[in-house]
Amino acid sequence: MKRIGNALGMTALAAVLCLVFAATPSFTQGNKIVVDGSTTVGPIAKAFAEYFMAKNPGVNITVSESGSGNGAKSLINGTCDVASMSRFMKDEEFKAAVAKGVLPVGVVVAIDGLAIVVHPSSPVQGLTIAQIRDIYTGKITNWKQVGGPNVAIVVISRDTNSGTYESFETLVMNKQKIADKAEYVGSSGAIRARVQSTPAAIGYVGLGFVDKTIKAIKVDGVAPDNATVTSGEYPVARPLFMFTNGVPKMGSKLYSFLNLFLTQKGQQIVEEIGFVPVTKY
Amino acid sequence: MREQLLISEGARRFKRLGAFFGHSLLTGVASSSIIAILFIFYFIMRDALPFFRIEGVKEFFSSAHWYPSREDAEFGALAIFVGSGLVTLGASIVAVPLGVLAAVCLSDILPFSVRQVAKPVIEMLAAIPSVVYGFFALAVFAPLLQTKGGSVLAIGAWIVLAPLALVSIAVASDVVASRSPVRARAAARVVAAALMGSAAVFALIALGGFLSRLPVSTGTNAFNVSVILGIMALPTIVSVSEDSLNAVGRELREGSYALGATRAETLLKVVIPAAGSGILAAVILGVMRAVGETMVVWMASGNAARIPSPWFNLLEPVRTLTATIAGDMGEADQVTGSARYHVLFAMALCLLAFAFVMNVVSEYAVRRSRRKGR
Repeated sequence: MKRIGNALGMTALAAVLCLVFAATPSFTQGNKIVVDGSTTVGPIAKAFAEYFMAKNPGVNITVSESGSGNGAKSLINGTCDVASMSRFMKDEEFKAAVAKGVLPVGVVVAIDGLAIVVHPSSPVQGLTIAQIRDIYTGKITNWKQVGGPNVAIVVISRDTNSGTYESFETLVMNKQKIADKAEYVGSSGAIRARVQSTPAAIGYVGLGFVDKTIKAIKVDGVAPDNATVTSGEYPVARPLFMFTNGVPKMGSKLYSFLNLFLTQKGQQIVEEIGFVPVTKY
Repeated sequence: MREQLLISEGARRFKRLGAFFGHSLLTGVASSSIIAILFIFYFIMRDALPFFRIEGVKEFFSSAHWYPSREDAEFGALAIFVGSGLVTLGASIVAVPLGVLAAVCLSDILPFSVRQVAKPVIEMLAAIPSVVYGFFALAVFAPLLQTKGGSVLAIGAWIVLAPLALVSIAVASDVVASRSPVRARAAARVVAAALMGSAAVFALIALGGFLSRLPVSTGTNAFNVSVILGIMALPTIVSVSEDSLNAVGRELREGSYALGATRAETLLKVVIPAAGSGILAAVILGVMRAVGETMVVWMASGNAARIPSPWFNLLEPVRTLTATIAGDMGEADQVTGSARYHVLFAMALCLLAFAFVMNVVSEYAVRRSRRKGR
């Protein structure tokens, strides 16, 4: 026992000494960009990062998707360079940022239409904003009330933690409460999975998540596509942001990464993954 | 010899210093988990108590209105408590009878070679990451429930209830036989078993018919999660109960056989009572697994903060404490949120208190069984 104790003690002393020497800082700066935030903006950030890293070898970009709120939090705490957000920063977040010496600057990198999605077999072709709101508040509970079959509506929402939820709440709910029977899921992919397997379901996802397995219905008579979203006809649309701490130094890697959305290639990428470019090219 | 005794004062001091360091290091390692628990309690309390100071206690425990993200936020967590309780109850209904019966089979009924294969395989269930279970629940089980909901329920009822019925009929007919006159004992046992057996089969068929007509509107509900959590709790229950059944020892079993008891009598009246506290501990451990599981419930319980009507309706979506903490933590951060952030810690405190009580109970049960064993 005693001998083991001795040996361990020596090892511990040695380890402490090693740590002291190893702790001498050695940072590599400028070539690492950390992006954190919205799961909706995530695909854009990832595609941008892939393209940017291929063009600029030696630059390392990591993209996390932990929700808009978490993105803002990371930017405020200095743990990320770019906060991707599907909503604008809130008052409190700005206050918290300024208090910590962080000055958030946002750019709109793309526009996202929120598609209201149902099962492909549903005969319902379109709803008004008021009808959608009534479905989510629980005033309308059966598909036959809006021209569908006689089945109870399964209402699916994103979790309150997501930027998509907050956009839906602002764009559709008009300060009314979502019914307590609504189901909450943790990602846009999960909404798609639930809607494509549930004939009576209704949900909402970003335009980029719509594929053949789910049906995006018309809202107020307008089908969601690039033209109707950019023209402002489609009512459930919102800008997507990237926030940085101040305007990045011109010529820095961060600066050119952030402005990628202005280039033709950037706009193509945005369009390829199903979002709407900010400008027409 | 002489040379060894001639150690300089400096070297001795150095050696003593080494010993001191070594001992404190070992003490530190040994008590690290205790310190961790104390820290967990301290930090959760520190962030939970402000919630009760801001919002009071009454709404949290008595209201079912959960709207934490609104400006006029409401923090009624009653529906979430009910959801956690319901899911745990469902998981225990699935896992406890199956798990204990499986343990009994493995330890006393099936041949040793089967046990050698089956036990590691069952324990492997515990090694599957919970997100895999969650994905299965969301992508496979939920659609299956929606399309073939009723029949899945009926099959589930058969799987859980049939073995239970079998065992209880065996016990009951044993009791009937022992109360009837000696000459008619064998006949009484057969008659009682046949009567109760057919009654049970009829009851099960009727129940199956009733269940298979139930409409399942959404597949992500309390039932789905209960089944998956039950499967996740199984390995713990089977493994720990089997260990305690094994620990009963050969002597008790042989003594029972020597007194003329049958295998069923030995099992039910000697082995299982002797291992009772161990089985209780196994059940509590399994239930704790179900209470604390997060990923599966977050993915597949539907997360609707509403008390099902009637309250035991497993076919409605529910929201649990763990899923709420996991799902709401991102937006409700320290920097921006106040009550919305602290309410999650209040929930964590409730979970921790529950886990603590359950652990104390199981510890007490295990200790009592040890004393009895001596």
